[in-house]
Amino acid sequence: MTQHSRDMSRRRLLFGGAAVGAGVLLAGCTSNESQPTEAQTKAAGAPGGNSEPGKRVVIGFSAPAADHGWIAAITNNAKAQAGTYSDVEFKSVEAGADAAAQRAALSTLISQKPDVIVLLPHDGKELNAFGLEAMKAGVPVVNLDRAFPDARAYRLQIKGDNYGMGVAAATYMIEQFKAKGVSNPVIGEIAGMDELELTQERSKGFADTLTASGFKVANRRAARFTADSGQQEAAQLLQALPKIDALWNHDDDQGIGVLAAVNQSGRKEFFMVGGAGSKKAMEDIQADNTVLKATVTYSPSMASSAVSLARLIGQGRGMSDLVELQVPKEIILASETITKENAGDYLKLGF
Amino acid sequence: MSEPLTPTATPERAAQLPAQSPPVDPTETAGAVHKTSAPGRISWWRGEGGEGARRNLGLVGVLVVLVVIGALTRSDLYSNPDWVWDNVLSILKLAAVVGVVTVGMTFVIIGGGIDLSVGAIVALAGVWCTTVATQSYGAGGMIFSALTVGLAVGLVNGLLISYGRLVPFIATLAMLVAARGLAAEISDKQTQVSENGFINGLASNSLLGIPLLVYILAAVVAAGWVLLNRTTFGRRTVAVGGNPEAARLAGINVKRHTVLLYALSGLCCGIAAIMLTAQANSAQAAMANLYELDAIAAAIIGGTLLSGGRGTIIGSLLGVVIFATITNLFAINGLSTEAQNMVKGGIIVAAVLVQQVQFRSLTQFLGRNRLTT
Repeated sequence: MTQHSRDMSRRRLLFGGAAVGAGVLLAGCTSNESQPTEAQTKAAGAPGGNSEPGKRVVIGFSAPAADHGWIAAITNNAKAQAGTYSDVEFKSVEAGADAAAQRAALSTLISQKPDVIVLLPHDGKELNAFGLEAMKAGVPVVNLDRAFPDARAYRLQIKGDNYGMGVAAATYMIEQFKAKGVSNPVIGEIAGMDELELTQERSKGFADTLTASGFKVANRRAARFTADSGQQEAAQLLQALPKIDALWNHDDDQGIGVLAAVNQSGRKEFFMVGGAGSKKAMEDIQADNTVLKATVTYSPSMASSAVSLARLIGQGRGMSDLVELQVPKEIILASETITKENAGDYLKLGF
Repeated sequence: MSEPLTPTATPERAAQLPAQSPPVDPTETAGAVHKTSAPGRISWWRGEGGEGARRNLGLVGVLVVLVVIGALTRSDLYSNPDWVWDNVLSILKLAAVVGVVTVGMTFVIIGGGIDLSVGAIVALAGVWCTTVATQSYGAGGMIFSALTVGLAVGLVNGLLISYGRLVPFIATLAMLVAARGLAAEISDKQTQVSENGFINGLASNSLLGIPLLVYILAAVVAAGWVLLNRTTFGRRTVAVGGNPEAARLAGINVKRHTVLLYALSGLCCGIAAIMLTAQANSAQAAMANLYELDAIAAAIIGGTLLSGGRGTIIGSLLGVVIFATITNLFAINGLSTEAQNMVKGGIIVAAVLVQQVQFRSLTQFLGRNRLTT
């Protein structure tokens, strides 16, 4: 072996060794175990009524494979809630990337003959036909959060109140302005993805409520429900408004970035209201050491409730506190305002 | 346009006259281009050497126009010098992350490739460096893992393209999907908050009144400029992108060079991941959304030829800054993001149209020149 080739092989060994070492080190770095992934469930604890085990129910579940904390919480909650019942069998299919993929996944779900289907569609309009088909075949469909336009396409619809979120955020702000005696406030808004109907509804509720009190939004930027886009849009919004009185950010996940931008700019003259109700936002509100003073809920706990109600539908039982013998057809969760005072109560619902 | 060029064999010519001129090592002659063309009958400014500079001056002109529009529409803000300085910094901070990605992208495109996976690599590196386990190693561990992940993914891209003979578009498209998938798997689709004070401080701290992120951008741009213009590696990149066959005949290991280009792009993504994590105080699988398009667009309007063989780092930087300035302009005027995206699209089309016209006249010019020799 010549000197040159020995050098080469030694160099290769060194590089190879370094690469393997780095690989091992990196592989060890993917562990995420102490992340909080506690689900929001209601244990079937209280004796009597609907918690008594009944007829066996197979619940089929489908939600988009999203990369967003809120949807991840939806799936976790549904699974965990099903786990609290001894009489529920939970069959989940991933819905893939779009409505077509979800339709394909649902057809495999149908073939497994579930008693009830709980479904968070990619798009309510696009999956309306599936709802009709399943209902016709005698499988009750529980629509989670994204409504079908056709009332015959679902047995139960349970969803959050997007318009109400905007109303709640604006109402909180108006109260604060009154208390502080601000007569001509400068209001900023960081919205979520603008092409989604839910974002438009949130902004409309916000603008309508402000207008009723004679206020208006001074500047509005749309982010993408991600922390990095929230940071970028917030940084630009702060640049556009040298002085702000209040800022509403639609989503607490992107709010991590919005708060980062606020800290990086060193601005403290305003208060901020969040949206959705993440655990981190609630902790920040409770600690009261950032500009974030409140958040309005859009809780993924609705998935847990949807599974509970699907079980009752499958067993032909009603909600025990209501007079009706069956589950109602439509449930819209109210958007609640979380402040320092009540954050402790809501913390268990944070995702 | 009037004076003919002296027919010397330059890498640019090797690029445009395939297999016509005898194989010359472009790494040797490239250094001589400036020397021979400067005192020649054609001035440097009007010749090929000054082409990048002329183009960049055009971009500076666009930038000035944008700033003037901003100053006219929001004269109330622009009348405050402190605010203006703050605004310049905010534009640079907005440009910093995409800017670093674009430097890597510029190298890949000049080398005749394309990297669609940059946004996904930023997300994967960002997620990887903010897991609970990585954060327990402190800032050093986070930086190490982000850089190594970026470099490794870039290497895989390069190997697939060079030795697996996949088309760059396909290989990096596959990596885009796969890397985002892996990022979602590792993060369990959650937003991972960075608790590290040093990393977060990169975005919030300044030195001599200038944010640290801007220094990082400046350092990467300077390193990229030196690498492209003052080293054999840079000369080879231009040669490989201009005409891979001629480059191979000239003795360049084209395959190995291609691997290195994608690895370089991956490394830039690793650096960008740290910066973006610092800015957002967190990382998630959906972060750096569509950065590949931002970076390609910036490189293109900066004068990088999508088919390879030509491009400048400064042009790409100007491209990024122009996009950031447009975003800023729309934000300070309270206009919608939709209108802003339409304007961005229009600017990309306009830039490419202008380029095509310039390029066509250049090739016509060279073609005529060849007939006369």
